[in-house]
Amino acid sequence: MTPTYYLVLAAALFTIGAMGVLVRRNAIVVFMCIELMLNAVNLTLVTFSRINGTLDGQIMAFFVMVVAAAEVVIGLAIIMAIFRSRRSASVDDANLLKY
Amino acid sequence: MLSLLWLIIALPLAGAAVLLLAGAPPLRRLGADKWGHYLGSATVGVSFLLAVGAFFALKDRSDRHYEDQLWSFIPVGDLQVDIGLLFDPLSAVFVLLITGVGFLIHVYSIGYMADDPGRRRFFGYLNLFVAAMLVLVLGNNFVSLYAGWEGVGLASYLLIAFWYDRPSAATAAKKAFIMNRVGDVGLAIAIFVLFAQLGTITYDGVFSNVDDLSSVTITVVALLLLLGACGKSGQFPLQAWLPDAMAGPTPVSALIHAATMVTAGVYLIARANPIFSASETAQLVVCIIGAITLMIGCIIGCAKDDMKQVLAYSTVSQIGYMFLAVGLGGPAYALGIAHLLAHGFFKAGLFLGAGSVMHGMKDQGDIRRFGGLAKYMPITAVTFGLGYLAIIGLPPLSGFFTKDPIIEHAFDRPGWTGWVFGGAALLGAGLTAFYMTRLMVLVFFGKKRWTDDIKHPHESPAVMWWPMVVLAVGSVSAGYLFYRGDALSDWLAPVLGEPHEAATHKIEPGVLTATVIGVVVVAALFAAALFWRGTALQEQPVRSPFVIAARRNLYADAFNEAVLEKPGLWLTRILVYFDSRGIDGMVNGLAATVGGTSSRLRRLQTGFVRSYALTMLFGAVAVVAALVAAGWR
Repeated sequence: MTPTYYLVLAAALFTIGAMGVLVRRNAIVVFMCIELMLNAVNLTLVTFSRINGTLDGQIMAFFVMVVAAAEVVIGLAIIMAIFRSRRSASVDDANLLKY
Repeated sequence: MLSLLWLIIALPLAGAAVLLLAGAPPLRRLGADKWGHYLGSATVGVSFLLAVGAFFALKDRSDRHYEDQLWSFIPVGDLQVDIGLLFDPLSAVFVLLITGVGFLIHVYSIGYMADDPGRRRFFGYLNLFVAAMLVLVLGNNFVSLYAGWEGVGLASYLLIAFWYDRPSAATAAKKAFIMNRVGDVGLAIAIFVLFAQLGTITYDGVFSNVDDLSSVTITVVALLLLLGACGKSGQFPLQAWLPDAMAGPTPVSALIHAATMVTAGVYLIARANPIFSASETAQLVVCIIGAITLMIGCIIGCAKDDMKQVLAYSTVSQIGYMFLAVGLGGPAYALGIAHLLAHGFFKAGLFLGAGSVMHGMKDQGDIRRFGGLAKYMPITAVTFGLGYLAIIGLPPLSGFFTKDPIIEHAFDRPGWTGWVFGGAALLGAGLTAFYMTRLMVLVFFGKKRWTDDIKHPHESPAVMWWPMVVLAVGSVSAGYLFYRGDALSDWLAPVLGEPHEAATHKIEPGVLTATVIGVVVVAALFAAALFWRGTALQEQPVRSPFVIAARRNLYADAFNEAVLEKPGLWLTRILVYFDSRGIDGMVNGLAATVGGTSSRLRRLQTGFVRSYALTMLFGAVAVVAALVAAGWR
């Protein structure tokens, strides 16, 4: 079993996540797509860790998970606050901060 | 007595400070409007008494020279300017003239300005003038002279514009100030050159080292000093401001623009006589300017119909005589000072007389609408008449003893220039007699040609005619001071050199004197015959280009406007255009470009999160692509 499959899978997941971020309007979905991208990266890190026979990549993956968990807490709170005030979870509706 | 010299300056200065500050709101309750004129007159009066005391103290000193260092003014490196007083025969003459005539005119002003709400301010300015003029003549170095020089310029400006709500007075003041500035620049540069060359600006230091200077430097310095003198004294080519300065109150014309300030130029040349005597060229130029100016003054004086204007141009021409005298150099320096003294008496008297006439005639000044006033203003007529006889130079009045020797010395100048200067001076004497007789006859004699609103012209109050009487007595008696006994020349000898009679005369003095008197009498009789029956009440059209030119002040204003003002105006316009279109355009264009670009770039901030995300994606892809392309591993 070659690590290439894992890397291809990670790349596919990352692309799906990125496309989701770019095309979806619902903030929750965008958020989940971001999680997808993060986990694609985690997969890549773990794969390379396995290839190189060191634990660096795996440790870094833990850090990414911790940061992602924190980010989820804050991000969901923001989405909740926006939804409460604007009755909408569309990222395109939250466009007041502009020129 | 001499140690109290500083008080002579300090008293009028303190008077000026008190009088001018007393107008401030918290000090109004002092009521300076009620006693200010007495204070102003008293300070100058006491100064005069001190000056008399100092004069006699000076007379007792064998070297007739008193110097007093007061304090160090500018001690910077090589430049040491000490404020010091110099009291020698020359400054003594001036101090007596300034404080004496100044006091009389202060007293006169009490009456003349009685109805003016600004009388306190007027006396404040007069005091300021007297103080500045005393600084000018009492300083022992060129910087003191310059400080006084600017001080009298300021006082003159303030007093010409005393009635500042009249546009003509405000304009005349500005004109006087600006034309004086032209001359002052010359004086300032002369002082700079002297300091650069000699490292000192005291009279002692400069005059004892004149020999160290190259002849070119001496000539340049002398000509620059002359430029300053021309500006202050209203000499050609800077004469146009003086007649306009008559827009001020008449006592101002008498004190500043006839008796004292405008003679500062003569003082400067006489004081700097070691410099002028060392440069033939400069002396010649001084003579030329004196001769030109005295002719200009006489010619225009004949064409003017305003009493003060005639007297103003007569002042211009009399100062021309003084310049001619100090330009001739040698023994003629003292003659210039003598004529200055005599002129101080009779011209101040004439102006005060003119003020008295105008006071009685509802402030009119047009001599065509006077006539027959001798009966109504006997004291004014007699005092004015004595001043008139003095200025045309009839013996035994003062003008004769000062003007006649000037003409004589002008003829004695070697070479053909002597004939030119002498001829101009002689012709000027004749013209002076002509226009002054015209003035005298049209104002005081002949038929009444008054405007309808004048019923009973009155003599001025005693406070006004007493100074006129004193000045008239002075203009009669001063002549004996200058009588051929050379009392004044001997007195001035420590400053101006020993008087000595010229070895040969081109024209026998007796013959010349007879000629001068003859010319004067003929011109006076001619004018009297011409104007005894009165004159037309309006200005008559004339075709003679000579008369037209004289009425237009010999085109001095037109010349200044065309040659100096207009090109200057165009130059500033071009510069303003270049500045606003060129430099400002460049800066503004740059700012507009940056501003426009940024407002267009700002549109990128749409507020849509997904477009930002796309941008970030493109950015990340671009970075990765660049790294891969660079062969990163």
